[in-house]
Order: sequence, then C-alpha cells, then structure tokens
Amino acid sequence: MAESVCRALRDGSMEGEHAAALTVKDSMKCPYGHNVFNHVLTQLSSNILSSKSQSKGLVLVALSQSPSFYYDLLRSRGIVDFVTNKWIHILDGYNDPLGWKKWLSEHDKIGSISSEIFASTTIFRNIKDLDQLLSLIIEVGKGLVGQGKGRFSVAIDSVSEMLRHVSLSSLAGLLSKLRGHDQISSTFWLLHSDLHDIKATAVLEYMSTMVITLEQTSESFDQQQTILENLSLHEQNSCKGKIQVRMKRRNGRVRVTCEEFDIDQSGMKFSSASPESATINQSLLPKVQFNLQLTEKERMDKENVVLPFEHQGNGKTIQIYDGRRALTEGKKGTEPTPTQQLPAVEDSGKGDIIYFRDSDDEMPDSDEDPDDDLDI
Amino acid sequence: MNRTRNLLDEALDLNNDNKGSRVVVIEDCVETSGAFVIHHLIKRNLSLPSSLIVFVAFSQPFSHYERILRKLGCNLVMQRENGRFHFLDMLSMQCPDGEEDKLCEGGLVSLYGKIQKAVEVSSSTEGNKNSVTIMIDDISLMEVAANGSSNHALDFLHYCLTLTSDFGCTLVILSHEDVYSNMEKPMLMLQMEYLADVLIKAEPLATGLATDVHGQVSLLIYFLTVVNRGRYEKGSLKTKTSNFQFKIRDNNVECFYPGSQT
Repeated sequence: MAESVCRALRDGSMEGEHAAALTVKDSMKCPYGHNVFNHVLTQLSSNILSSKSQSKGLVLVALSQSPSFYYDLLRSRGIVDFVTNKWIHILDGYNDPLGWKKWLSEHDKIGSISSEIFASTTIFRNIKDLDQLLSLIIEVGKGLVGQGKGRFSVAIDSVSEMLRHVSLSSLAGLLSKLRGHDQISSTFWLLHSDLHDIKATAVLEYMSTMVITLEQTSESFDQQQTILENLSLHEQNSCKGKIQVRMKRRNGRVRVTCEEFDIDQSGMKFSSASPESATINQSLLPKVQFNLQLTEKERMDKENVVLPFEHQGNGKTIQIYDGRRALTEGKKGTEPTPTQQLPAVEDSGKGDIIYFRDSDDEMPDSDEDPDDDLDI
Repeated sequence: MNRTRNLLDEALDLNNDNKGSRVVVIEDCVETSGAFVIHHLIKRNLSLPSSLIVFVAFSQPFSHYERILRKLGCNLVMQRENGRFHFLDMLSMQCPDGEEDKLCEGGLVSLYGKIQKAVEVSSSTEGNKNSVTIMIDDISLMEVAANGSSNHALDFLHYCLTLTSDFGCTLVILSHEDVYSNMEKPMLMLQMEYLADVLIKAEPLATGLATDVHGQVSLLIYFLTVVNRGRYEKGSLKTKTSNFQFKIRDNNVECFYPGSQT
C-alpha cells in the first residue's frame, strides 16, 4: 500500500482541487517515521526525475535533518546528483532555525554565517514567521517550475519541530494555504504523534488525504519485552514494524490497509501478506459476550471426542444404552454396574461420553403414561 | 578488571574506530545515579589522542569531577591546562526573565556561542582528526536555568545537534527521569529519546537494594545512520540492546552480565 501512496503523490491533484497530502505519523514505540518519510521522498524524487509525475519540482523544508543528509541520501539511492539538476530546492531550517548563529557572528564574532553549501539550498532563520516561510516556499517552487502551469511538491520534515515554535492553528493555516495553492501538486510531512496532544494529531490527519501510521507489530513487541527482561545482549541489523495506510478517495471512500515493513541496509521493503494480518481481521469481529473462537487446545480436544455412533461396527461391544436390557446381560443375570462401564483411564486421550443411569428402578421407555397418576 | 570494564565500551561500540557523530542520552533516577557513565566517558575520551571535551556543568563544580576523575586515574587539571577539557561552569547561570527575544543576552545563546567557539577552534587548529565530545550534566537543571522552559532547552539541544552534523561531534546528555514522573507526557524526555542514537538507562535492581550489585543499566542503540561530513554511510542501520548490572567501587565501576558474578 505504500506504493499506492507514492502513486497518489505522483499523480497529484486535479484542476481546482486541493493538493494531495500525506501525513507520516510515528511514535516512540515505532520510531521509524524518518525512514518512511525518506522512502516516500526518494520515490517521489525518482518519479519527478523520470517525469512520470504531475509535479516537476520538489521543495523540501528540512528542519530535523541537515540538507547535506538529504543530499547524501538521494545520491546513495542512485538518484542523480541534484546540484546540476534544477528540480529540487531545500529550505534549510535546520542549521539556524532561530537566528542564533547569525546573532553570534554579528555580536561576538563567533563563527561565520555558514555559506550555503549548495546552490539549491536556502537558509531561513526565523522558524516562527510562517508567512515568510510560505512566501519563500512558493517563490522557490516557482523558481523551479516557472510561472506557467507547472506544478511542484512540498515536503516538510518535520511538523513536530514546527509545532514547538508555532501554534497549531497557524501551522494548520500554512498547510491549508499550501494545499490550496494552484501550483502545488502534492505535499507530505512527518509527525511524531506522541509529542503532541491528540487534538494536534487529529487536525493534521483531517487535513491530509492519506495517513501512514507506524505501529509496532505484536511480535516485535513481545520480542522487545523478552529482550528487555531476559537477554543481556541482543543485536539485529534490521527493524520491523507495520504501517496502517488510510486513503481518502476523491469520491469520499476511505480505505484502510495494513502492511508490514522491514528496514535493512538497502532501504525499506513492504510486504502485504502476513499471517498476522489475518488475526487482525479476526479481532475486528464485533465483541460478543461468548467466545466465537476456539483455542488450539480446545480444538484438539473437540476433535478427539468419539461420537456415540462412530465406533459401531468396529468389533467393540456397543455400550450405548438403547433403552432395553441387552440380551447377553439378561442371560447372565449380571447387570453391569456403572463403574464397569467407565472407560479405562489410559484411554483418556481419546475421549468418551460417560453416562450414569440415575437408578435401576427407573423403567426407561415404558409404555406407561407418565401422567397416569395425576388426578385431574 | 579490564575485561569487565570493557563491557560498557563494548556495548557503546567505542572500541570501533568508526565512531561517527551520535547523540548519547543517559537517563537515571534518584536511586541510581547515572553519573558514573559520564565519568567513564570523560576518562575514556581523554585517553584517546587528539580528543576534546566541552563539559557543560549545571549540577557540580569542577572540583567534584576533578576528585572523581583523579580516583579513576585521570588528571583533569592537567587536561584543562592542555586545552583538552573545556569546563563551562553554569552553576550560577540564570536566564533573564521577560521577553524571549531578550534571551540572547547572557542566556543559552551565549552558552551555545562558547561551545561553538571551542569546537571551531579545535577543528581549525589541529585538523579534522579531532573528535569533540559535548557533555551536558544535566539537562533538567538546564531547564531550571531556562526558567522551566523545556522549549528553550530543546532549542539549545537542537543547536548542539547542528554541531554534531557539521563537525562530527558527539553529544552526551544526562537527564533525570523521575523529575518528570508526575507528568503524563514529559515532552523533553520524549524529544530527547527521538534525538538519541544511543539511550542508556540506569535503574535500581527490581529486587531491591543489594550489597553486591548497585544497579542495572540497559542500553538501547537505536539506529546508527551515521552521516560523516557529507558521507551517507550505507549499511549502518542497527539496533542493539544490552542489559547489564554494575557495582560502583572506590576507583572503578564494575559491569557484568546478570548472573555472571559469583
């Protein structure tokens, strides 16, 4: 499903519609949001480069990673060196988001205002001024695609960093202005959901057409618990988790899908089919007061029970009481006591139905009218 | 003794030459102080050639560290004179009240300026080989100094973080977990866990006090996506968890795996 998200970002938006928007949401339990963000970023970049996508350029607002990190990332994924390409521009809010460095170099002559490393990078030094940021994004984006009908995409890493400095409403204002701009084809941003209250997360989710939520698989959760409690040393070279993708279609239909991911050295891999997802579907059944499912042991026990009609004709004495005295028993005059009829204990694996007759006096199935003695 | 000593180093992968830039967060609590990790790292770093420590002290004066490190066999006074141990005494630091913009005077900004200056000087004079470690002891007191604004403390940390990516520094932060135990969501702690590449937690033993064991350390190395001066290293993704117990002795700390001590 991660693919369909990338496709949706690639296809962008229709004329007169808001831009497609994606929220990548993670939490400390599964803190790999950056990896997903980078995955989406590289996918979109390669789509832009091969001009498969609606957008012709990308403006990346880097707040939690340095621009050189993204530069190296894209290069390592085999995407052409973007110094020579005029399709990406990074707005650097990482190196000096509050203008401290500039202030220091002016007042105390410490350091120098770091010159922009790449031509396609612009530093902005006041993260609190969202109006300036908005006009900067649009100006830079127009520089990439030109004034005409060309469109570009906007990526923000991460909005959690912004929410530390600005209010939720002003951030929401910025995002909706971005989505409403007619030259912006798609936007996506990263959010660390546990750093904010539920309201902030919900607002950002409302504003996006797609949400990717990262969750821990129950398997990896168990594993983590055992590691923390028992193991002294544990090392692994890949990280696993699952993502939940919620996509809102143009016609208003909402689709939720689950997928597992695996991060290793070469990048991210997604796999949809997993036995675990079946259990997820099962647990989606409405909650009822009785148990609908059997545990494995219960199922085995159930299968082991030999039903009364099953062993007839196997050469065994038929032990089912059919309402009459058995002929053989009648001749011998010895009526089997209930204890004799009890199955041997060693046989317990098989299971039997044990029946105790209430009393010998009872005349079963007599033709008498049971209501005979009633004086009506 | 050497073998047990190396357990902490091993877990931190310090024996590897390829250190890269990273953020180490140490969380401790009142019952079990994590300061011994700081002391160990000071000694460890100063024993390496061409390394420099910028130490931001909010909790203890220089004499305290000097005494402890002397017991561990490391002369801090000498190292300070050699210019390899920058000690920034912040015990009396107080951010001025009032407007946020006025923070620029005498507050965290100038503290950051001092750190940046030290880092820049060291990287310009002796070439790039210098590995600089910035240590902050501890972040909760920095928050107090910043008039309780965790946002300002985080801004400061962010700027220190830019130094790690620009100059390949290592950032070591000590923080106290239980200071925030009454809060539902300690924003500062969570933010730091997001920043951390390595998370070290020092806790008391679950079974209570013991004479042989002083506490338990769990160490989580999240993922090392090492970015070395514009070089994105592939194949550095890794998660590693180590758990061990420790005993603080007079002049060293003994670390051992649970159950291995007779």
